[in-house]
Amino acid sequence: MTTIAPVGPDAGSRRLIYGHPEMLTDRSSHYCPGCGHGIIHRLVAELLDELELGPRTIGVASVGCSVFAYDYLPVDFVESPHGRAPAVATGVRRSRPDAFVFTYQGDGDLAAIGTAEIIHAAARGERISVIFVNNGIYGMTGGQMAPTTLLGQRTTSSPTGRDAAVAGYPLPITEMLALVPGVSYAARGSIADPGLIGRTKAMIRRAFEVQLAGGGLSIVEVLSTCPVGWGLTPVESMEHLAHDVVETYPLGVLVDRLLEPPRDRAEG
Amino acid sequence: MTTLLAAADRGSAEAAGPAVRPILMKGNEAIAEAAIQAGCDAYFGYPITPQAELLEWMARRMPECGRVFVQAESELGAINMALGAAATGARVLVSSSSPGISLMAEAMSYMAGSELPVVLVNVMRGGPGLGSIGPSQSDYFQATKGHGHGDYRVPVLAPSSIAEAVGLVADAFEIAERYRTPTMILADGVMGQAMEPVVPSYRMPERLPDGWQLSGANGRPPRVLQSLHLLPEELEAHDRHLQAKYRTIAEREVRWAGEQLDDAEIAIVAYGTAARVARTAIQRARAGGLALGLFRPITLWPFPSDALAAVAPRLRALLVVELSAGQLVEDVRLAVGDRVPVLFHGRMGGMVPTPGEVLDAARRAWAMTEGPAVSR
Ligand SMILES: Cc1ncc(C[n+]2csc(CCOP(=O)(O)OP(=O)(O)O)c2C)c(N)n1
Repeated sequence: MTTIAPVGPDAGSRRLIYGHPEMLTDRSSHYCPGCGHGIIHRLVAELLDELELGPRTIGVASVGCSVFAYDYLPVDFVESPHGRAPAVATGVRRSRPDAFVFTYQGDGDLAAIGTAEIIHAAARGERISVIFVNNGIYGMTGGQMAPTTLLGQRTTSSPTGRDAAVAGYPLPITEMLALVPGVSYAARGSIADPGLIGRTKAMIRRAFEVQLAGGGLSIVEVLSTCPVGWGLTPVESMEHLAHDVVETYPLGVLVDRLLEPPRDRAEG
Repeated sequence: MTTLLAAADRGSAEAAGPAVRPILMKGNEAIAEAAIQAGCDAYFGYPITPQAELLEWMARRMPECGRVFVQAESELGAINMALGAAATGARVLVSSSSPGISLMAEAMSYMAGSELPVVLVNVMRGGPGLGSIGPSQSDYFQATKGHGHGDYRVPVLAPSSIAEAVGLVADAFEIAERYRTPTMILADGVMGQAMEPVVPSYRMPERLPDGWQLSGANGRPPRVLQSLHLLPEELEAHDRHLQAKYRTIAEREVRWAGEQLDDAEIAIVAYGTAARVARTAIQRARAGGLALGLFRPITLWPFPSDALAAVAPRLRALLVVELSAGQLVEDVRLAVGDRVPVLFHGRMGGMVPTPGEVLDAARRAWAMTEGPAVSR
């Protein structure tokens, strides 16, 4: 367990404050040094532990570096074609009303090829939770430009920097989704420092709780790093994330409709 | 619609008494009801002519039966919802027509790779592209040789009457689940749109025991349904496993029907609506003294090659009739080689060959193969 939990006979005096989550397998990771997926996997694992969701969870893995999420999160998993995870999750959700269902998707997966699937899962108010990892790049295929790539950012397919005249603007898809009445919770966090990681965890917790409370789609966009794709060291990547990326993608809760009066959904 | 629904209900297992009379059913609706009666848990679709009535029937009947119906945002959405539902062990139906099936190709490949049972109905229309909404069989290559990428096969069942379609729906679920594979019912616009009197013989295939379905690990080791195997050795082993499965299907699931083949000198090879037209042509030919017969593949994959090869040496020619430019004809030639001349008559773009045209083609085949040059 990872939270401050009493253990052993003298539980009152010794408390485990940091350990290995049960819902995180004990194996070495395939992620590059400084990649954010590991931190985000851990947050998900901690919450599966804390909310005791493991036994009834069905995860939907997407196509991207995190396709191997099922190697690290020991729950039932189905692998989706690129971008289609919200549709796959819809099929899972509708046939297993009691399951806890989440997708784990990158920004290429969710904000490019899978735009229709996420928007319509949102429109239907599917009772699923979406972990949306935005590293501003196509990590798995070698660091090409994504819809989320910052203006001016160099990638292997925007070698002189993203030019709005040619490649348009970063897509604020979580803000777009927050407008949709079927979305019960939308928030954007970051893993740039331990404090932000804690806040992001609180957002994912809320997203999971919204699903458990019978809400519609809940999504947490997590701003993350890709040192190899960005051509930066892990430390530089964290700094870039903390100072530059947030200028395009402000952090915070975009909508929490379960807190708002119910007219919100009824009207939608 | 109301009459049809009441009629369909009358055909259900409980109601099937001695007084079962044929009822008039539209193909799309009969297929939909057959799926419901076969225990279909979830249906996903997107409107497209000429199969829209199938979706509409499900929209009303599935919620009535407490089952899942979702009208998706696209065929991509529909087939991937099907993938997700199938991953939980649900009995799933998806339907579309040609352009929509093209969009489903990606997920077909994924479902073949991760061994997920889903039944797809393709009510074919004219192509390529947006084509026409008329009946067609021009998706034969797509259905039998692969929709998506990779080394995989999909069993394909082709009904040539609405009553047969009803039976094949249950068979398709059975095949899909027994072999954990997507399975296709290949119909055409005529099959979907026509109304015929049927005595629907619904059947609910038995459910296979739990073993691979996702339900939440709850005390057992977690299960992963995936098609990704990054190590080539691992993927080759998986591909070998799939190929072995396809060989088993090819050995056990071949279906075809022969009509008046015993004394036939020329056999028409046709499936679906083309077989119906052929049947009329055969009757007329026989009335005029030409001994024609019908070889009708019911499984297009696995193709009844051995059966056709066994019949062929007794014949002076095979005449393939299709609503396409000649796609089935390739499998026929592969099956019989040089043993017998293979001729072809087809119409395209939503046009249906007439019995008269087929009869003319048969007469030409007769004339071409007359005389001592043909050794039989
Ligand atoms: C249909 C299809 N197109 C393209 C690809 C290649 N591809 C694999 S992962 C990926 C992008 C992944 O980027 P992202 O979703 O941002 O995740 P990351 O790898 O950065 O974590 C692409 C384009 C694919 N697998 N399938």
